[in-house]
Amino acid sequence: MNRVPATAAPAALALGDDALVLSHRLGEWAGHAPVLEEEVALANIALDLLGQARVLLSLVGDEDELAYLREERAFRNLQLVEQPNGDFAQTIARQLYFSTYQELLYGQLAAGDGEFAPLAAKAVKEVAYHRDHAEHWTLRLGDGTPESHERMQRGCDALWRFTGEMFQPVEGVDADWQKLENAWRESVGAVLQRATLIVPEGPRGGAWTAGAGRQGLHTEPFGRMIAEMQHLHRSHPGATW
Amino acid sequence: MATAAAHRTTAEAQAAEAERTAAHEAAFDAAVAADERIEPRDWMPDAYRASLVRQMAQHAHSEIIGMQPEANWITRAPSLRRKAILMAKVQDEAGHGLYLYSAAETLGTGREELLDKLHSGRQKYSSIFNYPTLTWADVGAIGWLVDGAAITNQVPLCRCSYGPYARAMVRICKEESFHQRQGYELLLHLSNGTPEQHAMAQDAVDRWWWPSLMMFGPPDDESAHSAQSMTWKIKRHSNDELRQRFVDIAVPQAEALGLTLPDPDLRWNEVRGHYDFGAIDWDEFWDVLKGNGPCNEQRISQRRTAHEEGAWVREAASAYAAKHGKAAA
Amino acid sequence: MTHSDWPLWEVFVRSRRGLSHTHAGSLHAPDAEMALRNARDLYTRRSEGVSLWVVPSTAITASSPDEKDPFFEPAADKPYRHPTFYEIPEGVRHL
Repeated sequence: MNRVPATAAPAALALGDDALVLSHRLGEWAGHAPVLEEEVALANIALDLLGQARVLLSLVGDEDELAYLREERAFRNLQLVEQPNGDFAQTIARQLYFSTYQELLYGQLAAGDGEFAPLAAKAVKEVAYHRDHAEHWTLRLGDGTPESHERMQRGCDALWRFTGEMFQPVEGVDADWQKLENAWRESVGAVLQRATLIVPEGPRGGAWTAGAGRQGLHTEPFGRMIAEMQHLHRSHPGATW
Repeated sequence: MATAAAHRTTAEAQAAEAERTAAHEAAFDAAVAADERIEPRDWMPDAYRASLVRQMAQHAHSEIIGMQPEANWITRAPSLRRKAILMAKVQDEAGHGLYLYSAAETLGTGREELLDKLHSGRQKYSSIFNYPTLTWADVGAIGWLVDGAAITNQVPLCRCSYGPYARAMVRICKEESFHQRQGYELLLHLSNGTPEQHAMAQDAVDRWWWPSLMMFGPPDDESAHSAQSMTWKIKRHSNDELRQRFVDIAVPQAEALGLTLPDPDLRWNEVRGHYDFGAIDWDEFWDVLKGNGPCNEQRISQRRTAHEEGAWVREAASAYAAKHGKAAA
Repeated sequence: MTHSDWPLWEVFVRSRRGLSHTHAGSLHAPDAEMALRNARDLYTRRSEGVSLWVVPSTAITASSPDEKDPFFEPAADKPYRHPTFYEIPEGVRHL
């Protein structure tokens, strides 16, 4: 596998970890989805993301060493993607926020001539489908029954505080972050409005000046998530699978 | 007299009806005998219909309950390559459940009703899924042995007399060809790995071998539905025939893996041209079937919970469709 | 509305350009948009298709097996509709 120059490594790690961690969370749905058709849909999205993660991590080093042998503080994913699944509404809110971001970001990268342009060109098609899936479900849950409306609003509200981090410039990613943020707000705002939901208003970042996921500072559930993910691999040092 | 005339008419009508049924029955028998397919709207004996719905439902239930023991390892898969393979495999099982529920629905029994019967214990799924996956090697053993046994059972079903079932099975068999191979490859890798990995693989094969042999069902002379199903070509080979076929295939595969099978009586019989194998513990089989397996409770309760917790989602989508005039009917 | 049982849809897949859509199976979905997406995920996840149709199962009108004879048998004794019915002298080409 061709490695990227050291300057692009932080970017590959950040984007790769986003995909790796979200794929893992979606994988937790297997056997628990609300309807069989959705088992298949969620697994498709998880597999797309895992594929992206493997390509991105391999640009930096050995994919398994990076996934299984790094400590929590070395992961560079957004805090948003590590949030527990919650109910289906919360999972859909996470999907809506992240896939909209990913589609816009990869769209910009694909249009450029940087390190990640070819990869982004392939991924943007996958991600467009993820966003479509999230939008359709946001509409149905937001504008479905009173119960689903309430759950969807709660999911959107709960995750809102993790959305500001998405627009923090990532070293080595050549994007127009302000443009990205404006487009994201417009797109997500329009979907929420069509879904009869209120665009949350609270803060979009934590008060902690040390930073967040991109600085390797994660939320508590993430530690348990990677403990589970890494346990078997770490129990057999040097073994291959 | 009016009443006598009425009686005669009723009797005539009954006779005509009986004649029609006899003609239908003859046509049905001839079609099955000629290896033609029966299609959803064709006339078929009630017992044939009931037998098919029971078998397709049980098969569909097995696919979706069968997701659980493997999904148990998705979040702990020890490499990203294995994780992708396992997710794709569990996803296929959901898909195969869907194909089979669809096939069952062609006979007029809706999925909701079938799921309800599964959740309330009125319909069964394959007992093999009532065993736990204790280590990573179990994922390999399931692929090699459980899927191997399932494929041995399923390949003949591609020629089953009922068209929609046969077509679903063609698609399923095609997709499942990777399932068994990935399991075998996984075990081979462990067997050739560290001593701990080799031991893990051997332990898994030791635990899954006998339950896999039970997957073919009780011996022919004790099998409740076998004879009729064979006549109807819903089933093509007897339980014991398929079990023997599986053993004959698996023994050399185990040798190539460098693993042993937990049966001291297993040896080649020159005269029969087959492997002889030891006695199966049918008490365990019936006990697990009755609900006493290590995971019966857990499997059904997870399934029921997923379904119940998903109700509000399904209702929301129905409500949205009704509100926006998008409902189908 | 409190019912969670979604209607059944029939799925037709065009496996590649130039071929017609073929019936692949069925699935449940709350509406046509979701049916199309579920069909994409379920019936084309191994690149089996380039185009999809979904049709509510209730919208299909089928011929009845009981009418099989009047429907289909009359066509069987009209061999003159097939080119093999006609004898052409040897050596005559492009016919």
